[in-house]
Amino acid sequence: MNNLDRTELGFIAALPLLIACGLLLPQWIVNYIHVSLGTGLVALGVMVQMRAGLVSFGQGLYFCIGGYAAGLAGRLWGLSDFFLLIALGIAAGLVVSFLLGFLLRRYRRIFYAMLSLAVSMILFGLLSSSEELGSTDGFNLPATSYLGWLPGQSVSGDVLYVATCIPTVICAILLHRFLRSPMGYVGEALRENEIRIEYLGMSARKAVHIIYVIAAVVSSIGGVLWAMALGHIDPEMTNWVTSAQFVFIAILSGIGNVAAPLFGTLLLEFIRVYAVEIAPDSWHIIVGSVMLLIIVFLPRGLWSLVSSNNGLKNKFTHRVKAASEPEGARS
Amino acid sequence: MTVVLETRGLEKRFDAVVAARDINAEIFESEVLGIIGSNGAGKTTFVNMVTGYLQPSSGQILYRGRDITGMETRDITRLGICRSFQIPQLFLELTALDNVLIALSVARERRPVLFRPVVTREIVDEALELLAKFRIEHVAHQEVTALPQGVRKLIDIAMATVANPDLLFLDEPTSGVSAEEKMDMMEVLISALQSTNTAVLFIEHDMEIIERFSPRVMAFYEGTILADGPTADVLRNEKVREFVVGQEFHRNGTAATMKGTA
Repeated sequence: MNNLDRTELGFIAALPLLIACGLLLPQWIVNYIHVSLGTGLVALGVMVQMRAGLVSFGQGLYFCIGGYAAGLAGRLWGLSDFFLLIALGIAAGLVVSFLLGFLLRRYRRIFYAMLSLAVSMILFGLLSSSEELGSTDGFNLPATSYLGWLPGQSVSGDVLYVATCIPTVICAILLHRFLRSPMGYVGEALRENEIRIEYLGMSARKAVHIIYVIAAVVSSIGGVLWAMALGHIDPEMTNWVTSAQFVFIAILSGIGNVAAPLFGTLLLEFIRVYAVEIAPDSWHIIVGSVMLLIIVFLPRGLWSLVSSNNGLKNKFTHRVKAASEPEGARS
Repeated sequence: MTVVLETRGLEKRFDAVVAARDINAEIFESEVLGIIGSNGAGKTTFVNMVTGYLQPSSGQILYRGRDITGMETRDITRLGICRSFQIPQLFLELTALDNVLIALSVARERRPVLFRPVVTREIVDEALELLAKFRIEHVAHQEVTALPQGVRKLIDIAMATVANPDLLFLDEPTSGVSAEEKMDMMEVLISALQSTNTAVLFIEHDMEIIERFSPRVMAFYEGTILADGPTADVLRNEKVREFVVGQEFHRNGTAATMKGTA
């Protein structure tokens, strides 16, 4: 893992900052940050697919699978270990997405969106109607332990927060790496021209499959982290309203950088908090208006305000220039 | 000379329409071969079949003696048969350099690489070198959408050559390029390609370009090969003159001039 770039270094620097925030800021803000880390990873899953031109309206499926994998392990076997639950979430997301991927990889555009939505709603239906799994009420998770250590009541929240920050940052760095890798490039290419991909010697469907699985795994991790943070899971996790929210975040924040959806998730949380406070009965109008304004004035999302190279377009070139600059004068 | 590609009795039907029939062709190592024929004569269908984009209805395609009929495009590409397109198939929102980088990185890696960055000094240098070979290095950092058709065609062709193919099909490399620029463009192209030992097949409507750049020519008519041989002979062939070329094709010719029918 050599040659870290600016974003990766930024994440490494952000980790202690994030942890410090958790210990210093007022508890209600920290709670929002904490749950946003989990949902932020799901938004990242949506963003990775969007980079390849694929919009998933059912990413809640893997959010839910992660959450329920952790929850069921607690309910059935009494497991509560942080690392074990994450591993279980990854395994569940991996297996399901690998299998479903064979179906999804055959579809694009609205068909991909609707099919992913359909699959997520099937799970919603199953969970809602299953009495043993608490039906629409869901059920609670046991307090999280760490390799046999169960922190006391007074510090457990802080410990879990710190423990959540670390995998989130690792996921973000790995996804950033992925987007810079040959497969990540193929994703960009997929959005633009599949015929060419085939004529370069690569299966477009296989590429979609790989991207789908990666997005699913990161979303499952998000689901586990979120479930542990809340201590409760229910089928709403895979309802279409939840999934739509992840798409909303990806559009709100933009897909120019992996940091964007993470910030976007937190931002949406706060927009909603204040919208509810201002207009308890009609807060949807405020959130909807924000969306409208973003789409009209910042089609590349809020990240285009931050990024020096204005979003996706010159992303590679920018990096390429940086890579070839030190050599100086090349015609 | 070694035969790189051979087709035997190749045929393609779309229901009642016969797009190609009885195509028997041999292509030799590192030769330059022109393909002529009016629109709908089956030239692109031939290329589409040989590159696996269309499955032939019957017949055989042999690559160095090995039957590759029915193989997927991507596998045929990996074997070393590549093509460029009449309408360039590029990643429009990316720069010329990024387009070539994607092509290079896919060609380089047989299995998907997930967590190692693409962009290294070496691969960027290589991409720039490739662009330079086609004399378009000055547009490296421009987005493809902003580039003229001729340049796009060259990028498209450059991308088809990243894997050093054995056999390269160029589908109308000069269509959409102005008459004055055509000759220069072909000059650049052929000299770039001749530095490798790639066999080049190009579909072309401009007979002057055919005369100048391809020693051998295949004339297609109504889905089959009407004539195949040394360019001068084929162009003198009566049937070819009647059905494909027309009477006089030189730009400064006296009779009905066929100026680059595209």
